Amino acid sequence: MEMDKLTVEAKTENLEEVLGFVDRHLEEKDCSPKVSVQIDVAVEELFVNIAHYAYSPGTGSATIGVEMFEDPAAIAITFTDQGKPFDPLAKEDPDITLSAEERQIGGLGIYMVKKSMDDIAYEYKDGQNILRIKKNLDTL
Amino acid sequence: MTINTTVTGTELNIALEGRLDTNTAPELEAELKKSVAGITSLVIDIEKLEYISSAGLRVLLSAHKIMSKQGTMVIKNVRDEVREIFEVTGFDEILNIE
Repeated sequence: MEMDKLTVEAKTENLEEVLGFVDRHLEEKDCSPKVSVQIDVAVEELFVNIAHYAYSPGTGSATIGVEMFEDPAAIAITFTDQGKPFDPLAKEDPDITLSAEERQIGGLGIYMVKKSMDDIAYEYKDGQNILRIKKNLDTL
Repeated sequence: MTINTTVTGTELNIALEGRLDTNTAPELEAELKKSVAGITSLVIDIEKLEYISSAGLRVLLSAHKIMSKQGTMVIKNVRDEVREIFEVTGFDEILNIE
């Protein structure tokens, strides 16, 4: 299975382009709105993470790769950057049982990704952060 | 995202349409900052909100904290896709959802 790739400058201004690129693959599969939102949330959190932290205070690029699978239908999305080594999965999960006053908002984005994806893996290899998520698609 | 604001006395109604994400959340934050003074009842209608990310949740949480000091905040007309995100993050327990 060949990976379809998009490389953009890692800036939040490019979020729409990244989401559009991923969503085009989902539309071909008649993916349910629920799963489509979960995937968009995951893509946003991971791309924005790279945009905010990977090259800070400088800039650099991020590559988003999409692979589609059949039987069962699934999508895998790989985020690659050449920024500082950073494993977002190492972060402790937020305590989501705390009251509004006590709630800390940090770490919520990556927590949402962990909860909604079927598989998530990080590696640092050849000077690159590589994060891959996979989600089964309950197609309509 | 489109933000429609209606003020009736000390009641503020904000209707959101579209996507509340990293790039649009600051617009809602700015609108709240501008409009929330003196308000005792804030109603956020998200019937037409299709999508919310952690950046959007962050703004809703900070609005909730402000309103808990000066009145009430209610979120209404939540779509299934957005409700799912509230549930995963425990926000369904924090926010007043109608």
